[in-house]
Amino acid sequence: MIEANMTETGKTQALAISGLDCFYGAVQVLHGLDLVLNKGEVLCLFGRNGAGKTTALKAIMGLVPSSAGSIKLAGRELTGLPAHDVPKAGVAYVPQGRRLFAEMTVAENIEIGLMARGKGKAVRENVLELFPLLRQRLRQRSGTLSGGEQQMLAMARALCLEPQVLLLDEPTEGLMPSMIAKIRETVAMLRDMGVSTILVEQRVDAVLSVADRVCFIENGRNRETVDVADLRADPSAVRRYVGVG
Amino acid sequence: MSEASPAKAYALHLGVIALLFALSFLLPEYYHGLLARIMVLAVFAMGYNMLFGYVGLLSLGHAMFFGAGLYGAGLAVIQLGWNVPAAFAVGLGCGAVLALIIGLLALRTTGVAFMIVTMMFAQVFYLLILYFAVWTGGDQGQVVPQPARVLNFGATSLDLTNPTVRYMSALALFSLVLLVTLATVRSRYGRVLVAIRENEERTKMLGYDTFSNKLIAVVVSGAICAASGAAYALLFGYVGSSFASVQYSILPLLWVLLGGAATTLGPLIGTLFMYYVIDVTSGYTSAYLLIVGVALILLVLFFPKGILGTIRQRWLGWLP
Repeated sequence: MIEANMTETGKTQALAISGLDCFYGAVQVLHGLDLVLNKGEVLCLFGRNGAGKTTALKAIMGLVPSSAGSIKLAGRELTGLPAHDVPKAGVAYVPQGRRLFAEMTVAENIEIGLMARGKGKAVRENVLELFPLLRQRLRQRSGTLSGGEQQMLAMARALCLEPQVLLLDEPTEGLMPSMIAKIRETVAMLRDMGVSTILVEQRVDAVLSVADRVCFIENGRNRETVDVADLRADPSAVRRYVGVG
Repeated sequence: MSEASPAKAYALHLGVIALLFALSFLLPEYYHGLLARIMVLAVFAMGYNMLFGYVGLLSLGHAMFFGAGLYGAGLAVIQLGWNVPAAFAVGLGCGAVLALIIGLLALRTTGVAFMIVTMMFAQVFYLLILYFAVWTGGDQGQVVPQPARVLNFGATSLDLTNPTVRYMSALALFSLVLLVTLATVRSRYGRVLVAIRENEERTKMLGYDTFSNKLIAVVVSGAICAASGAAYALLFGYVGSSFASVQYSILPLLWVLLGGAATTLGPLIGTLFMYYVIDVTSGYTSAYLLIVGVALILLVLFFPKGILGTIRQRWLGWLP
């Protein structure tokens, strides 16, 4: 017998979305979206601009109301929860553009993340071990950090919540190659630590290097989900849905 | 928000309080009375700063909270014959309850809409004062009788109409609110408020209930403004509708902007500056508002974040 939050392949589901409909005013953006994130995997949402990738993340966080469907975190229904209760349930979100508290120092940004869930020094140390560069910048105003450092801080602050599921919206956007490599390394390390991640990406190389599976999103629907190994062997899906590769 | 050492910040604030205490013995009578009034109004500005400076909510209705405290305390003495502490508590309570109700309604909006909604509620409050003129005195206002403005402690009593008692009472209220404000903005809650100001959606995404936090800020802000209003009625003996007019919603905004939004001492500096510029210039010309206007333009040019805000930005990053 398969448990409620287990897939047919025996993997435990960290997050399951089924039949999700979302609207911006009168415009429907997600059309019965289905997707499953397994525990400890990196699932990449891939698709053209406007396909609904960011909206899917926002819907998980309760920032965009859903009119139908369900979002379950380890079996617990998230739809209908106030947005501020979703992080408490165990989902952390790093939005596109980082959105730091620019007037606060690096230390204060981390502290505000720690305070949110009543986490202490041990979590702070774990997070700073993941991002040693931030330790040297603790007293610096976050608005003055470089793009890559800001991305690290945004991820560090999200990880202060010790989430089960991490949502990353285009974390490598606009970064220089060395920083992109660091961010990818960190995502891989988080997977090794058991954090399940949904990653929105536009870059094929990033997808192939870090993801376990890829969901091709088109017009608010999950057209196809494939293993990265299969995609490497046959990249035709990338051409089919995005027109590159 | 800066990383100030707590000892340095508290030393500065205690120093300011000590200076104000010393000024009580040094200032001539006229300026002594003026400074007492400024301290009470600076409390009003500090209440406003709590919401505008730290949460980033621009209200144009704070005169109603000041007015609630003013009329709550004043009418408790005039109409009900209550003593000073009870009247002060009534004023404070009126402001806090009103702020809770207004907060629950107005916080459904943001930005310009919040400004308009708060201004509309304040106008309703102002018109109600005029409508119920039988009790409030309408646009004439009412005088709080001198015999009622006495604090009795058994055999001894403190007459609030005595200039020294009035000054010390104003200083006591100012000091209390200043230290409470400092403690609040340095606390966990204060940091959450700043986070909301910086990016409300992001704060929500970290698991903070931003609506509740903002509502608490509205109530605290309203209660501080009401405390200022209640103190004004009891110390200066007059309640009038002009204190609930839109002008008194704009003034604290101006004082806070001049002194420096989101600085603990900015409201005092701003109120002091405005009062003294008007006081000094009006002694030379009847067109003093022209000079005040020029002074404000120069300030905006050279101190774009207010006096203390700019000093903090350029030289003293540790200023709270």
